[in-house]
Amino acid sequence: MIAQENAAPVSTAATGEEYNFAYLDEQTKRMVRRAVLKAVAIPGYQVPFAGREMPMPYGWGTGGIQLSASILGPDDVFKVIDQGADDTTNAVSIRKFFERVADVETTERTSEATVIQTRHRIPEEPLTEEQIMVYQVPIPEPLRWMEARETETRKMHALEEYGVMHVKLYEDIARHGRIATNYMYPVMVNGRYVMSPSPIPKFDNPKLDRSPALHLLGAGREKRIYAVPPYTDVKSLDFEDHPFEVETWDECCGLCGSETSYLDEVILDDAGGRMFVCSDTDYCSRRRESGHLGPMAAREDLDELKGDRPAQEGGHNG
Amino acid sequence: MAESVKPLFSVQGLTKYYGDMIGCRDVSFDLWPGEVMGIVGESGSGKSTLLNCISAQLEPSEGTVSYESGQFGNIDVHRSEEPIRRKLRRTEWGIVHQNPRDGLRLGVSAGANIGERLMSIGARHYGNIRRNALEWLGEVEIDASRIDHLPKTFSGGMQQRLQIACNLVTEPRLVFMDEPTGGLDVSVQARLLDLLRNLVSRLGLSVIIVTHDLAVARLLAHRLMVMRRGEVVETGLTDQVLDDPQHEYTQLLVSSILQV
Repeated sequence: MIAQENAAPVSTAATGEEYNFAYLDEQTKRMVRRAVLKAVAIPGYQVPFAGREMPMPYGWGTGGIQLSASILGPDDVFKVIDQGADDTTNAVSIRKFFERVADVETTERTSEATVIQTRHRIPEEPLTEEQIMVYQVPIPEPLRWMEARETETRKMHALEEYGVMHVKLYEDIARHGRIATNYMYPVMVNGRYVMSPSPIPKFDNPKLDRSPALHLLGAGREKRIYAVPPYTDVKSLDFEDHPFEVETWDECCGLCGSETSYLDEVILDDAGGRMFVCSDTDYCSRRRESGHLGPMAAREDLDELKGDRPAQEGGHNG
Repeated sequence: MAESVKPLFSVQGLTKYYGDMIGCRDVSFDLWPGEVMGIVGESGSGKSTLLNCISAQLEPSEGTVSYESGQFGNIDVHRSEEPIRRKLRRTEWGIVHQNPRDGLRLGVSAGANIGERLMSIGARHYGNIRRNALEWLGEVEIDASRIDHLPKTFSGGMQQRLQIACNLVTEPRLVFMDEPTGGLDVSVQARLLDLLRNLVSRLGLSVIIVTHDLAVARLLAHRLMVMRRGEVVETGLTDQVLDDPQHEYTQLLVSSILQV
């Protein structure tokens, strides 16, 4: 994916702007790539990097954007998802940013993309060896909730003292009768480092295990990069008598009828009407195109959800 | 004590300076398996400094501390690798802090606190961890119904008993206690002492206990070490030291006990 082997700047004329290709200067990209190489060499280990100020606030995906900027080449096809959707504000603005400063082709189709930046989801469609996932991570340290001191958490990682992660899971079971952690569910990477897989739902944790794609995780505020290289073991922490389980739903997707994808609940009116739809909008629309229809697919008042046409004035309030 | 038995814990010439201030100076003693050693002295006499040094929480200026470990053999505590020291601290050793809040996780339930040491050495079965926690709550006389409550909802005496349970759950061989009854009212203190005495004799623990309270020392300790201004002024069997004090400072200390 890193197309420019020599660090020679790509002509700024290509972007029609006074910015360097993909916004960051070449020295910064080299620094980030070095951190990425180290992260890939030590799966799950948090590598510090000299995070730069980006033209957007922390919390809007600055870590992921710096990673994307450093690995994007002119031939890449870029996809951005936020909450599983391609058309949410954050996804649209990040996609526009790279269209403008890197002039890369963008797409909403998972299968066409070579670099996919994401906040909350891993696409339902299986990833390939040709793809890189880039995650925007708010809190990279999985031990943070149990141990506030950074000096101590580093030592705990170094010495593999991970007992406290299970204290958190114990507490979940004691309070809720089951492991109630649903996102940022801690995983053991390559049998060595405990890692926080960003705020993806635990539904997506199994997709990380022995995934053919490269997964890069970047935290802008905390200035850490970590990675899951292709075909790496990723095991979700659990107890012998309370094994790891993913979320399940009683219903299928109202639009495409999928029973295997991660569903979002949508409130339809103020009289208890609701439906479940795929959180991965690309997956859902591909399924509908190929003829899979859910129980609510025919309802015209839900067109906005389908992404077919903009909502009419007055919306669909019943 | 049989001649063939080696001391469990041996301190030689231990000295700790804080800048040019003396924390403690030239302290040497041996602790034998199953023995309870009391360190008494007035406030500021270097008791806690000594305890922190020998329990590897503080680096001494001079001197050595050696420990006969079940897992690692005979080790020089301060020259061993940090992972070994940390491993000792959560397996073979227990440290009971004066303030239970220093030794507990206040944000998680009592059961999780007791389970933490078990999980840190690899326990991964929720049911077993919970059973163990319940057992130990019973052992330290905390009602089983409190297992899911946060320690901050516990009284001071209960927190202290919980801290003791947290330390004993992995069956340590050596427990360091810093004023375990400090800040508790006398009736709670008496029950805690009773509990400690039973546990110590039943589990065959070796204990080093720091206290300024001679009554605590008399109840628990087999042997006493009296400290003043960072130095040991007198050592001996507890009854001997308390009933027939030789050093003038010990005499002062013993005569200062309030009679009711």
